[in-house]
Amino acid sequence: MATALTAGTAQAPAADGRLRRVLRRLQRQPTSLVAGAVILAFIIIALAAPWVAPQDPLASSFLAVRKPPSAAHWLGTDEVGRDVFSRLVWGARTSMLAGLIPVLVALSISLPLGLLSGYAGGWIDMVLMRVVDAMLAIPFLIIAIALAAFLGPDIWNAMLAIGIAALPIFVRLARAAAMSVRAEDYVEATRSLGSSPLRIAVRHILPNMLPPLLVQTSVMAASAIIAEASLSFLGLGQQPPAPSWGSMLNAAQRHMAAAPWMAIAPGCAIFLLVISLNVLGDGLRDALDPKGR
Amino acid sequence: MRFLLFLGQRLALTVPTLLILSVLVFALQHLLPGDPALALAGEDMDPDVVAEIRHRYGFDLPIWHQYWNWLLAALQGDLGMSLRNSMSVVQLLLGKLGITLQLAVASMVLALVIGIPLGVLAAARPGSFASLAASGFALSGISVPHFWLGIMLVLAFSVNLNWFPSSGYTPFAEDPGRWAMGLVLPAFVLGTGIAGVLMRHTRSAMLQALGSDYIRTARAKGLREQRVVLKHALRNALVPVVTLGAIEFGQLLSGAVLTEQIFSIPGFGKLLVDGVLYRDYAVVQGLVLVSALLFIAASLVADILYFVINPRLRS
Repeated sequence: MATALTAGTAQAPAADGRLRRVLRRLQRQPTSLVAGAVILAFIIIALAAPWVAPQDPLASSFLAVRKPPSAAHWLGTDEVGRDVFSRLVWGARTSMLAGLIPVLVALSISLPLGLLSGYAGGWIDMVLMRVVDAMLAIPFLIIAIALAAFLGPDIWNAMLAIGIAALPIFVRLARAAAMSVRAEDYVEATRSLGSSPLRIAVRHILPNMLPPLLVQTSVMAASAIIAEASLSFLGLGQQPPAPSWGSMLNAAQRHMAAAPWMAIAPGCAIFLLVISLNVLGDGLRDALDPKGR
Repeated sequence: MRFLLFLGQRLALTVPTLLILSVLVFALQHLLPGDPALALAGEDMDPDVVAEIRHRYGFDLPIWHQYWNWLLAALQGDLGMSLRNSMSVVQLLLGKLGITLQLAVASMVLALVIGIPLGVLAAARPGSFASLAASGFALSGISVPHFWLGIMLVLAFSVNLNWFPSSGYTPFAEDPGRWAMGLVLPAFVLGTGIAGVLMRHTRSAMLQALGSDYIRTARAKGLREQRVVLKHALRNALVPVVTLGAIEFGQLLSGAVLTEQIFSIPGFGKLLVDGVLYRDYAVVQGLVLVSALLFIAASLVADILYFVINPRLRS
């Protein structure tokens, strides 16, 4: 009841307290800490790519075509003699953005829609949910590929396409979150104090919708990174010669027998990043689970 | 009677979904930048040809009229013509669907055979090494990019060891042995991800079942642990897993796109990729529609199965 009273007068401190509690619980999970460290390392590598990469990722050399790993080229060279390690480091930028942008696209559209659907209810909710059902029926990667194909091959279009493909899941979750927050005591308390529906929705419900969406954000970032790699692998994402882990794998497939190192490194990088995001997602789910308190 | 009522309600619910789906799929072609007729004809086409395409596809009609024509044609099984090999899209799709379904069924069988026992094992002995290993396998299966796993398996088992063919598809009627060998690697690639999902859900459903009262009663009766786990808990835990298995079918179609590309299997996914590469938009549009219809059918089957196996809903 104490929360209801304080929240009734201020701007939903419940969201803050809940987030802090979740973070504290996350810190007690060693696997989540390791996963978080790996993700952080990838972010640092992506940001510091110009300083981390030993060579120009675009500089080709016909004297060093498809050379196996050596002291000069830690992870070998590709089909036109570019340094695989340097391309991997620069490619981290594409993958990090691919994990971030589609999720931001999906969140920025789904939060208002979910809030509207879950808070307003009625026919708006009915119509929106039928649209979401129809979108959910199209398999994730198939809609992403089709959208990217119709929008034109380009990395930004690919990220937009992945964000739109992720939309229905987020709208569903945002709606469920809005509905459960709406039923909480402190929202009732604010309403009885005479706050307008818009004020309640934006200041009290919206911030409290975020924690349950965190898990999906982490899992979706993982799916989006794989989706970007898949689209780039198909030539619909990052365009050559700019490096991306997916487009590196595309080139690698054609030289599989002669230069397997071209395929091993980018795949391992995707795997490591994606598994870390999934572990973090699992950790967040456990930390958010009220039964785990 | 109860079942028919349930079926009727469930079918009625799919009607609005199908209608909205048709609008979404129709809208896809309007995402093409610029004039769709120009996009279809290619940039440097003769204006007469562009005008002819515009008229033939009805791009000169108002948008609702275009949608109506498209919907009427689609309902009659006409999804347009492929620009690349001037075949009807439906004919093309039907020709490829069988191959993808074989791959999908093989992957699903593999996923069930791996995923469910691992989930049971992990729940029956929590904290053990086997449980940790099973959870690790499931997490890896979910996290690995499947097309990369495919490349790696081809490298190991086809290029180096020469155990399996690296690519291509042999029809069953032609050579059953080669057919089976050709499906092993792609089915494994596709199956691992779904096995991971199934394992995780089986595990949590089993943990929940094992903690319930009727299991305590069964144990108190002095039943052997193996019987408690396999007969009493698993039967109840499998109910949600069956539904999930059917829903994972959509995932399977998504995964098939790249897997077929890696293994050069001439199925549904290969058709989509070729459609994208050759800008054969009618094929891409048709594929999106058909994959969604398959998914809707699969979730309908899932709901029916759920109704049939769940005694609480039946009585």
